[in-house]
Amino acid sequence: MAAVKSMNKLYGVCVHAARRTAGLKASRLLQHRAFRVGAVQRQQPFDSSLEKPQFPGASAEFVDHLEFIQPNVISGIPVYRVMDRQGNIIDPSQDPQLSKEQVLNFYQKMTLLNTMDRILYESQRQGRISFYMTNYGEEGTHIGSAAALDPEDIVFGQYREAGVLMYRGFPLDMFMAQCYANADDLGKGRQMPVHYGSKDLNFVTISSPLATQIPQAAGAAYALKRENMNRAVICYFGEGAASEGDAHAGFNFSATLECPIIFFCRNNGYAISTPTNEQYRGDGIAARGPGYGMLSIRVDGNDVFAVYNATKEARRRAVAENQPFLIEAMTYRIGHHSTSDDSSAYRSVDEVNYWDKQDHPISRLRHYMTARNWWSEDDEKSWRKQSRKTVMVAFEKAEKRLKPNIELMFTDVYQEMTPNLNKQRDAMWRHMKQYKEHYPFELFDKEPISQ
Amino acid sequence: MAAAARFFIRGANSKLSITGIGNGSQSSFGGTLVKLSPSSNSRIKAQRRHAHFTFQPDPERTQYGPTQKMNLFQSVTSALDNTLASDPTAVIFGEDVAFGGVFRCTVGLRDKYGKDRVFNTPLCEQGIVGFGIGAAVAGATAIAEIQFADYIYPAFDQIVNEAAKYRYRSGNLFDCGSLTIRAPWGCVGHGSLYHSQSPEAFFAHCPGIKVVIPRSPVQAKGLLLSCIADPNPCIFFEPKILYRAAVEQVPVEPYTIPLSQADIVQEGSDVTLVAWGTQIHVMREVANMAQEKLGVSCEVIDLQTILPWDVETVCKSVVKTGRLLISHEAPITGGFAAEISSSVQEECFLNLEAPISRVCGYDTPFPHIFEPFYIPDKWKCFDAIKKMINY
Repeated sequence: MAAVKSMNKLYGVCVHAARRTAGLKASRLLQHRAFRVGAVQRQQPFDSSLEKPQFPGASAEFVDHLEFIQPNVISGIPVYRVMDRQGNIIDPSQDPQLSKEQVLNFYQKMTLLNTMDRILYESQRQGRISFYMTNYGEEGTHIGSAAALDPEDIVFGQYREAGVLMYRGFPLDMFMAQCYANADDLGKGRQMPVHYGSKDLNFVTISSPLATQIPQAAGAAYALKRENMNRAVICYFGEGAASEGDAHAGFNFSATLECPIIFFCRNNGYAISTPTNEQYRGDGIAARGPGYGMLSIRVDGNDVFAVYNATKEARRRAVAENQPFLIEAMTYRIGHHSTSDDSSAYRSVDEVNYWDKQDHPISRLRHYMTARNWWSEDDEKSWRKQSRKTVMVAFEKAEKRLKPNIELMFTDVYQEMTPNLNKQRDAMWRHMKQYKEHYPFELFDKEPISQ
Repeated sequence: MAAAARFFIRGANSKLSITGIGNGSQSSFGGTLVKLSPSSNSRIKAQRRHAHFTFQPDPERTQYGPTQKMNLFQSVTSALDNTLASDPTAVIFGEDVAFGGVFRCTVGLRDKYGKDRVFNTPLCEQGIVGFGIGAAVAGATAIAEIQFADYIYPAFDQIVNEAAKYRYRSGNLFDCGSLTIRAPWGCVGHGSLYHSQSPEAFFAHCPGIKVVIPRSPVQAKGLLLSCIADPNPCIFFEPKILYRAAVEQVPVEPYTIPLSQADIVQEGSDVTLVAWGTQIHVMREVANMAQEKLGVSCEVIDLQTILPWDVETVCKSVVKTGRLLISHEAPITGGFAAEISSSVQEECFLNLEAPISRVCGYDTPFPHIFEPFYIPDKWKCFDAIKKMINY
């Protein structure tokens, strides 16, 4: 109450000051509306006769002995899983009981992603594309979460979520076009490889700066809440990006503004070379959620059903209750950070092999499938052959395609072309006319652009 | 505490009494005016200076319908009111906007349009802008308030790396064009380092955003409505010293003033004076002084949009006059006058009768007690004109 009263007094002071200055007579516009600070009423009325603390900032009891709260990192938030490392269901009530078709789809999407990763990583090594990032080991986090969403839910990613896009149906041609930055690239050749985006599939184009998507995702979720069309937002990021200020901002905003959003952290053990014990000292990312008033869970990211179950329930409640959820999916980055990284410089081959051989989302799901006789050795052989073939066809097509029209260097800075940019573009062409032999024109499309 | 430090309750010439906020028997915070002895009274009177400019209203515009007397913050409120009324996706957010804002720009809007449309955010500028970008990407008209332009820097990454590049980097699949960021801007007499800054030059270097600064209530409403309607992310800096000091008859209905079009405030033939925001009123006075004391006719141009700026209008004027003076409060090195100067000398070199003159703040942080010496006042501008005429 006192807070409200002093707010009103402050307001009253403004009105007095305003009245004395500038002699505004006519314009009473909105100044004198009786202004009630409605939201502040949520705090309980202050009553000093009670022994309970009356502070507006926190609701708690008094305690009369000095004790610091011990952060619990030895035995932190437990990891939810449905399958053991061999792919056996532990508690049948947790099996989402998806159809054979759905499960096969999960498996095929994860393995197709893996195949595409191998080919594109190799193509960078051969100098065919400039850069690439693989998703090895994290396929379960992509497919499990993507499957639990509605197609109209908006995805904000970081850079290691290609499986989400693949699950939603982004064609191999389009993945390749972006990596090759050719004339079919939806992004018009402007960004480095793996910076995918698709308006049709509600996957917001990736940007390189880390964690910038987190407060943006909260804002998008708020807009969707007002739209009231049963849509949610999911926001992916790594445990390294979670150290950025933008992460703190996004979490806090989503909680205070009651946004229907799932924050999905891929904790894969490394941020390039920085291991988690140099990234944080608390109990990972999940433990931060309660600090923001957010419901949080930690899951086995290599268990596609655990990821699926957690995301499904989080999505349902986020939309129904307009509140954010935090899912920390524990996993392991089997590949290097990118083609610019050689991770043998900072971790052992044995460590990597453990995860590749003993705890891999693809093999765990395969065991689940083979235990039900849904997938045989022959199925595996023919699928490998088929998926490799489709990737190679898309790959060869993308490689042959010309690069985008050079005019596209100057468009989309603003929605409209500006006089300044027109001038610069004309200057560029004049220069090119004179010095054309020094520039790789033959690689670029000359078809007029529809603008 | 931060709120108190940031909160300004003063007009240009007001005698203010702050009756104790939270004045209890135990509290010594909050003072009342103390009666002083006559001798100290006169020293104190001498310490209170008048503003360095006199606001000059423009002639009333009749083409936009009925008008109402409004000061600058009320003209902003009017623009926001019009927007919330006509655009159901529009939302306004930032620190303290719910109760009306520390400069009263959002007074009454929450009551009128609801708490889901006009709401406070946590104290976090990178969050405010990031949130605004996301809301815009998802289709809302997002109007973000940064409490002082001096505090916009935590949001610099979101503005420069994200908002400005959203459309380009996505191949036009996504954009945040419906985002507008508003912030109080410029010197206010006592604002010092962190309540006086004019950061337009930092953002002028960033293709993909627009930066707009009005000189008056009528301009403010029209330009703000243009920014909100513009399909590109815009930063709208509001000269805080004009919030109360500038009063005009402002159309009640919505109207727009085009972006990237400089406004020739008064025509002249001998010298072109370019400025924006508060400084326009300084320049108008300088133009009068030049006419009276030197017989020099000055053309005063309000740039209005810093990015993308109207090169054509400025160059056309310089071709006519042969002399250019650019003035801004922001520090001179790397200030926006440098960009204008460089472009004009490229285009109009042979037309120039004298080197282009820049009268700006010194390359120091914005000082507190030294403000009268720091700002590019009319005497400094007048002297620069004298030197140009006699070159």
